[in-house]
Amino acid sequence: MLQLHRIGYRYAGYATPVLHDIDLSMADGEIIGVVGANESGKSTLSLVASGLAPGSIGGALTGQLSIDGIDMAGSPLHEFSTRVGIGFQNPATQLSGVTGSVFEEVALGPMNLGLTGREIVDRTNRAMAVLGIENLAEREPRRLSGGQAQLVVIASLLAMRPAHLVLDEPTAQLDPEGTRLVGEALRGLAATGTALLIAEHKTDLLDGLCSRIVVLDGGRIVADGAASDVLADPRLVDWGVEPPSRIRLGRAANARGLDAALIDGAIGS
Amino acid sequence: MVLLAIRAGVFGQLARVSALLTLPIAISVVLVSVFTRAGTTVLFAIGPFDATAEGVDFAGQTLVRLFAISLSIGLFVLTTNPRAFVFDLERRGVSPRIAFVAVATIEAVPALVERAGVIGESQRARGLDTEGSVRARLRGVLPLVGPVIIGALTDVEERSLALESRAFSRPGRRHLLWAMPDRPWERWLRWALSCLLLAIALARITGRI
Repeated sequence: MLQLHRIGYRYAGYATPVLHDIDLSMADGEIIGVVGANESGKSTLSLVASGLAPGSIGGALTGQLSIDGIDMAGSPLHEFSTRVGIGFQNPATQLSGVTGSVFEEVALGPMNLGLTGREIVDRTNRAMAVLGIENLAEREPRRLSGGQAQLVVIASLLAMRPAHLVLDEPTAQLDPEGTRLVGEALRGLAATGTALLIAEHKTDLLDGLCSRIVVLDGGRIVADGAASDVLADPRLVDWGVEPPSRIRLGRAANARGLDAALIDGAIGS
Repeated sequence: MVLLAIRAGVFGQLARVSALLTLPIAISVVLVSVFTRAGTTVLFAIGPFDATAEGVDFAGQTLVRLFAISLSIGLFVLTTNPRAFVFDLERRGVSPRIAFVAVATIEAVPALVERAGVIGESQRARGLDTEGSVRARLRGVLPLVGPVIIGALTDVEERSLALESRAFSRPGRRHLLWAMPDRPWERWLRWALSCLLLAIALARITGRI
């Protein structure tokens, strides 16, 4: 379990904290969506949960981050890498740029861990199989489409076998087809028991994928609950978040005196 | 070197690369050496400057050295996969960090060129004149260089975070999956060439050649 207890975080060189009193726990296999307007602290929360802030980028952290009951304060970054993986929105900058094939790219993390050759190959093959990208193994990473590259990035993180995966807007730069590919992959991934924290603007992606939604506003958690409840919360728009199209259609139907359940059923089918 | 280049099928490319590498320096070397080197045999004069035979001789020697250097660098670049080379160095004990920086630097060049192309197109679409006179081209450099460099720096920051999440900073050696084939005759050849280099250096130092 990954736990953030009364977390506050301020970037180096800034006087004002970006996160305030964040309490969040992530059970194994749980999928949590994080939504909020721009500058609400979603990306910072992702960096803090993965140990990169302040571990790599500096700044001041207050509160406690623990994983499986172990306080991670002061732990070296490589200790985090086998416990929490993080993926960012731009796949192009997450590919190492030093590998000649997707297989090598996915294997890079396990190689860094100093595992045996057999274990590296096994982890790499399994990570690619989970996301269904075995057919890309020989492809040059730089020549992939955005959706494919993001899947390779996620596979690279999976090969590290982290119990928790933090994804900061994993579909931000993807077209609908790329978003669909990543969404399907994340569903498959959740089935393997990996806990996911997904910061995303696209509530349609989170709807049906997440069991729980956390809303951030001004660096604070303003709502935290079951996805169906939070995504239907009328205050969502005030927090700068667009409800999923299922909810908006339902509301539009209600406003016109139509049966929203029929529309919901039509979308579901 | 020329024979090796012909054998590798890169002679034409090598000639072009070497000429490009050497030409700017060669021009200044020839001008400085021919006209300013003191000598007794004056070949011709341009204004106050005498072109001497000794200057021509010195310029010739320098040019040969320059070509030798540029040919060897060019041959190496054209016939060696940089990724394979650096990973092989890592296998032989070079720090993974140094190896990564070396490969990333080499691999970053085409990506930067690609980015510069995209930025150039978008700047031209907004009316920036990057063609025509030298002055116009110079004026167009800054709006291109700025975004290319700043964008590259941003990418580096995000890439370093992504690498951290893949245990790049873990101390100790990492396991490399791939090994470059190294046949016995190649090892012998490397030793023989190293010995030959040492012998030539010693002979040069002791004045035998």
